[in-house]
Amino acid sequence: MAAVEPIHEIVDAVYVAESRRVLATLIRLLGDFDTAEEALHDAFRAALEQWPREGVPKNPRSWLVSAGRFKAIDGLRRQSRFDQLDEAGAAAEIAVAPDAWTDEETVEDDRLRLVFTCCHPALAADAQVALTLREVCGLRTEEIAQAFLAPAPTLAQRIVRAKAKIRDARIPYQVPSREELPQRLDTVLRVIYLVFNEGYTASSGSVVTRHDLSAEAIRLGRLLVDLLPEPEAIGLLALMLLHDSRRAARATPEGDLILLEDQDRSLWNRDQIAEGVRLVRRALASGPGAYAIQAAIAALHAEAPSTAGTDWAEIVGLYDMLLQANPSPVIELNRAVALAMRDGPAAGLALIDAILDRGDLHDYRLAHAARAELCRRLGQIADARTSFERALTLTRQEPERRFLEKRISSLSMAEG
Amino acid sequence: MKYLCLVYLEASKLHAVADGECMACGDGLRKSGMLLAAEPLHPVETATTVRIRNGTLTVTDGPFAETKEQLAGFYLIDARDLNDAIQVAAKIPPAREGSIEVRPVRELQP
Repeated sequence: MAAVEPIHEIVDAVYVAESRRVLATLIRLLGDFDTAEEALHDAFRAALEQWPREGVPKNPRSWLVSAGRFKAIDGLRRQSRFDQLDEAGAAAEIAVAPDAWTDEETVEDDRLRLVFTCCHPALAADAQVALTLREVCGLRTEEIAQAFLAPAPTLAQRIVRAKAKIRDARIPYQVPSREELPQRLDTVLRVIYLVFNEGYTASSGSVVTRHDLSAEAIRLGRLLVDLLPEPEAIGLLALMLLHDSRRAARATPEGDLILLEDQDRSLWNRDQIAEGVRLVRRALASGPGAYAIQAAIAALHAEAPSTAGTDWAEIVGLYDMLLQANPSPVIELNRAVALAMRDGPAAGLALIDAILDRGDLHDYRLAHAARAELCRRLGQIADARTSFERALTLTRQEPERRFLEKRISSLSMAEG
Repeated sequence: MKYLCLVYLEASKLHAVADGECMACGDGLRKSGMLLAAEPLHPVETATTVRIRNGTLTVTDGPFAETKEQLAGFYLIDARDLNDAIQVAAKIPPAREGSIEVRPVRELQP
């Protein structure tokens, strides 16, 4: 017989498993984020009081939604603001058995409504990210602030403004219609990928990866694929898993960067790679979207035995597809690097110089670093030095700075 | 809920959309019951700014803000929510030439 767990441990476990679902449903029932959050906390407080006496309910989720809703309406009534709610609608809902609010399908729809509302294109991009992490993932404002190296009051302000806009401009709590879906899904995917990248290649600061954010993004990606298995959502999840599989090999214990070609491939996470590859196949089966193609490129890297044993011709071909779907100078740069591996550094260098001459990536550190690397391979040491130094002035990340400095000093040794 | 859709255009594009097309747009919205009011405006050079400071009326030429786009007209609509309002704004012909600012209308608190 299982030992009887203390009630607060059960409540904690239910909080971790169910609080985001309960919140998503309460927002729909109460029509307001702040009211719903308060109701959520009241519901869990009530659980701590009542469950020890009455036992844990058969369906804790349903119980919490009912309790939260009751507390909120009671609170509004006491503030004599009940007339602000749609009374007829509220009365109709009270008549329905509470289980009907919390059946599996409705609850999963509510989660999707929450995702699409937090990522509504009428909200500022940084507000979409903050709101999603707070409401969908349940991170505390201080945790989000820490992850983004922003002051907590700034983050709090961003979230308050976003919620005010949802309320005042009446952003509806809805899953977009079929016609709107591709565009709206793009915004959601962009938010998730931004969170992932902030964790994976922190744009500033002293650590290479901030694992929590990447893990959170992968969790969000899984949630989205569960709720809405669109090919690009599957492609994005694959892409994140495949990038993340290299985490343990990307840096030394001291936090110094290790290039792909120098990484110990036995440290790559084979389970993540296998899952990523399966997902890529599934995504590509419904036509190549931009995330699925990038995931396919990552899969080729992940399955290659070495840099030399990588199928660079296939990778260049995938970049060609990607450029057609999604023209961007950064993708052109990546293609140039892959082409240098296929056809030699001179061919890649010519392409990078052409991109830089257009002025497109003038301030992009990785363009200068890639140029420097190819010059070095061609023995053009002075050019390599100039480009490494340019990259060094553009980076804001400590491990990258150390990496570039090491590269520059190894050039001096090459010169003798 | 009411939304004010403010039409912004660069001076050179004030007449880029034919009046007939704008009339048709207004007629369509009126038939759907969503239109409360819509008017085009004369260019910003005809504008006058009125202020009261320390009880004294000052009247000056034009608005002060130097922006590339100017207010060219407005549609006051009644929409279900912001998504609905965005759908309407997207159909306002000058959306192709300039931009439409969608602002929710606030209720005065007595």
